[in-house]
Amino acid sequence: MVEVLGKKATRFGFGEGLLELGKKNPKVFALGADTAASVALNIFAEAFPERFVNVGVAEQNMMGVAAGLAVAGWIPYAATYGVFAAGRPWEQIRTTICYSNLNVKIGGSHSGVMVGPDGATHQALEEIAIMRCLPNMTVIVPCDMVETKKATMEASRIDGPVYIRYGRESVPIITSEKTPFKIGRAEVLTEGKDVAIMACGTMVYEALVAAEALESKGIGARVVNVHTIKPIDEKTIADAARECGAVVTAEEHQIHGGFGSAVAEVLVKNAPVPVEMVGIMDVFGESGNPADLMKHFKLKDTDIVRAVEKVLKRK
Amino acid sequence: MEVEQLKAVSKNVRKDILTMLTEAGSGHPGGSLSAVELLVELYFNQMKFNPDNTTDPGRDYFILSKGHACPVLYSVLSQLKCVDNKELCTLRKPGSRLQGHPAKDKNLPGIEVSTGSLGYGLSIGVGVALGIKSRQGANRVYVMMGDGEQQEGSIWEAAMSAGHLKLDNLCAIVDYNNLQIDGKISDVMGVEPLADKYRAFGWHTVEIDGHDFKQISKAYAEAKSTKSRPTMILARTIKGKGVSFMENNVDWHGKVPSKEQRDMALKELEK
Ligand SMILES: Cc1ncc(C[n+]2csc(CCOP(=O)(O)OP(=O)(O)O)c2C)c(N)n1
Ligand SMILES: [Mg+2]
Repeated sequence: MVEVLGKKATRFGFGEGLLELGKKNPKVFALGADTAASVALNIFAEAFPERFVNVGVAEQNMMGVAAGLAVAGWIPYAATYGVFAAGRPWEQIRTTICYSNLNVKIGGSHSGVMVGPDGATHQALEEIAIMRCLPNMTVIVPCDMVETKKATMEASRIDGPVYIRYGRESVPIITSEKTPFKIGRAEVLTEGKDVAIMACGTMVYEALVAAEALESKGIGARVVNVHTIKPIDEKTIADAARECGAVVTAEEHQIHGGFGSAVAEVLVKNAPVPVEMVGIMDVFGESGNPADLMKHFKLKDTDIVRAVEKVLKRK
Repeated sequence: MEVEQLKAVSKNVRKDILTMLTEAGSGHPGGSLSAVELLVELYFNQMKFNPDNTTDPGRDYFILSKGHACPVLYSVLSQLKCVDNKELCTLRKPGSRLQGHPAKDKNLPGIEVSTGSLGYGLSIGVGVALGIKSRQGANRVYVMMGDGEQQEGSIWEAAMSAGHLKLDNLCAIVDYNNLQIDGKISDVMGVEPLADKYRAFGWHTVEIDGHDFKQISKAYAEAKSTKSRPTMILARTIKGKGVSFMENNVDWHGKVPSKEQRDMALKELEK
């Protein structure tokens, strides 16, 4: 059985990480856009009201103000739902924040279809693609609440823009304080030599469950938690591909331009093996409850198993 | 339709809102309840809108920029028999035409465009109004926004263009309920003086009580007779209107009632 240490939404990892960081580092400043409580910014805002500003429903302004705070020497963390954190102010992020390599951290909450009943408008499914194409940007997609907390705190050590993608819904906790975490380094979670399953975010848990099912069928899967999408850990990915000879990628995100594409870019250069991708197949999301939507959009462990069976035939 | 009838329809719309949101288990009651009278008067007395032919080129257009308040729109559409009343209970369920925010791709009659990301509706309204003018059409365009939504910069780009283009076939409505998610508008990020701002951008402005049918119908009439300028109706409303425990309470922005709370609310509406 996959060891599950509890269940909590990753957004609380962001909130708690920011609080802890705020205690240690007096330069940390937070910005919200009328969604402060739902993206767990209120934890920091209540502790450090003098280091928090709510700009209202004005995400473009939020990124501009965050940029200015960075210019003035602060370490701003600006957060809201991913669609409005990455999408709405994209060009401010590109030209003001990334081009000047400003020290702005962006929290993109409410990622994926697990946002649920709010539907397509609020389900962020494109941020990995539109954030990872930006020079100077670091992109992290933690797999659970504990890892989100670490990512939030570690991001402050990078002198430049960082995007952290997290979610609204409760998801299994599969890492502990002791689990190694280093930005830019992928973690191999299970040893296996038949297929490598590269996953990020919520799909890491699904990949672990899939690996168990595969084991009972005599297929050894190497599950790799690629929490940092940029800069991506080329070595771990290429080694796994070479040793296993086939790769499945899994992401709660659009199939085009996202995590699977990032892995494929590494593989075509270093270890061109057959790849199957699990993700959102170029469609918009829908209203529904999170568990049903994961099934509907074929993002479950069983879908990963099917992708593995398919990729093994191409080996 | 006379005021007494409008009030009766409004009561049914409020009941629908509470029933469908409780059934859905999530959604936005506060900003749906505050907009009831504004939409009922619009659809029943003001707009050229044929429920049997919602894509008639002669129609007036309505855009719900504050898309999270779609339960009020879905209910009004069902009162007009565009949508079967039974379908309301599919709100936010998989495959439903009644998505959590209005979804054009689901082909629900009366939904002109997908909305739900705040700050976009006024620009869309400017485009529709310009498109109608450019073909010498006589149709009118209505856009409903939130007061918190006024914080989006894109609203002001749209406001500038509507004034510059003298779009007198455009009427915008702000559901001015004083609340957003994180608290009072004036505490989070004040937007006042809103009427002065729109006037400075070339708009005619009207300030009314958004629950008073006489004032609402007068405001819409004034918008129709105003030439060379778009009209902004700033409608003072109460978030959660009609349900005492929801009224003016920020907690009910995005939280739905339990079955017991729903029953209490329905009872109160019957009084
Ligand atoms: C661009 C964007 N940012 C954030 C949100 C999340 N959101 C939904 S409703 C809301 C508050 C809106 O307040 P207001 O416009 O006053 O609406 P009302 O009070 O009528 O519900 C916010 C921030 C959104 N839908 N779109
Ligand atoms: Mg409001």
